[in-house]
Amino acid sequence: MSSEELRGRVRQVLAEHGKLAVDAAGLGDDDDLYAAGMTSHASVGVMLALEGAFDLEFPDRLLRRSSFQSVAAIAAAITEIQGGA
Amino acid sequence: MARRSANFALALEATRKVATEAAGPNAAAVDRDARFPVEAIDALKRARLLSAGVPVELGGLGLSLGEQAELCCVLGQACAATAMITAMHFIQIGCIARHRGDSAWFTGYLRECVERQLLIASITSEVGVGGDARTSVAGVRVEGGAFALTKQATTISYGAHADDWFATCRRSPDAPGNDQVLVMLRRGSTTLSPTTTWNTLGMRGTCSPGFSVHATGDAAQILPDYGTVSAKTMVPYSHVLWGGTWLGIATDAVHRARAYLRGEARKAPGKAPPQGLRVSELATQLAVMRALVHDVARDVEEVYETPGADEALATIAWALRLNQLKIAASQAVFDITVKSLQTIGIMAYKQDSPASLGRHLRDALSASLMVGNDRLHATNAAFLCVFKDD
Repeated sequence: MSSEELRGRVRQVLAEHGKLAVDAAGLGDDDDLYAAGMTSHASVGVMLALEGAFDLEFPDRLLRRSSFQSVAAIAAAITEIQGGA
Repeated sequence: MARRSANFALALEATRKVATEAAGPNAAAVDRDARFPVEAIDALKRARLLSAGVPVELGGLGLSLGEQAELCCVLGQACAATAMITAMHFIQIGCIARHRGDSAWFTGYLRECVERQLLIASITSEVGVGGDARTSVAGVRVEGGAFALTKQATTISYGAHADDWFATCRRSPDAPGNDQVLVMLRRGSTTLSPTTTWNTLGMRGTCSPGFSVHATGDAAQILPDYGTVSAKTMVPYSHVLWGGTWLGIATDAVHRARAYLRGEARKAPGKAPPQGLRVSELATQLAVMRALVHDVARDVEEVYETPGADEALATIAWALRLNQLKIAASQAVFDITVKSLQTIGIMAYKQDSPASLGRHLRDALSASLMVGNDRLHATNAAFLCVFKDD
């Protein structure tokens, strides 16, 4: 999967589960998702949906606010897990 | 908490004096009349204990979180309302001390807190957010270096008695609800109009009705990024210092049960009083509760003392643990207080006996309600869907 496709799928998950105040498709790679209205409750939904969509598990060390702060941060976390697998 | 701050022994001694001379003697009247514990708070100010958490280099005592919790525990044994007010004030000081960064305004403010022994209240509650402190409706308006804020708070503890108020709100009126900042509202440029009353079962002396708040001031009084402040300081401080306060209530309840046991034992030396086993169980429960509060306090302190390590507090692992502390300590204080009352029997049930535990029980009942335990269980349940404990 290209990094562009990866970020596209992340945006899809965010659109479905992020409960954002803005359209996920229009998010910049580095836009702050919490500032865009994602609550910590919604972020758990995003984590679960990402685990399902990408068939992976986030290790606890990545279960932190900063790992889910932006599309780019989420894509980096996914790439890190997939690279380590 | 093996290591002690240089000022801790003196601060503990001074707090004990406040507890026995000012907080304890007025606790019944404070509770009966639902009035602010003015004698105890004034005594804390005179002993310069309201700046216990201000760093030494700014003139404070520089006590660690666990040490501040011990002061709350001492006060909680005498008057739970005094202890809770002190805890809430320490939380505000902690947030400023740890997150002021290079803000000249907030650094100067901490010095002023030391000099004038200011009491700071918190305005996190709001009409329309369902008790979720991480969501705000009101937003701060900033124009030309000045701010204006209007907020409808459902409850402000000691709102009418504080010197200043630290309020959460949206970064701007059009920011999302969770994009929050903290604003220090100063006496003199803030108006508070009560909107509800505070006639509760317990914690009556915290005087926490709802208020309509309007304030103006300098934009430098805004502390950015409440999300980070909340995760790294406000939540850890709250749950540890509340835990210390509740530990104080439970400790005094068990004290009274033990005093009763000793009295019974003296009546018939050589014969084990029937309450002995219950008191032994109580002492064990209290030891577990104390260990829980101290364990979390020590680990939070360790994170704080390690440069750059406090990012860890923004993880699900820590959020779970802090929520668990709150849930467990709030249940423990209730269980221990009820059991102490039942162990002592009618003398604890009487309102005017030295062994009375009515006030303790009513105060303890507030613990599971302030940040409702069901809310925390729901949050933890969601976290447990992704947390692996790996």
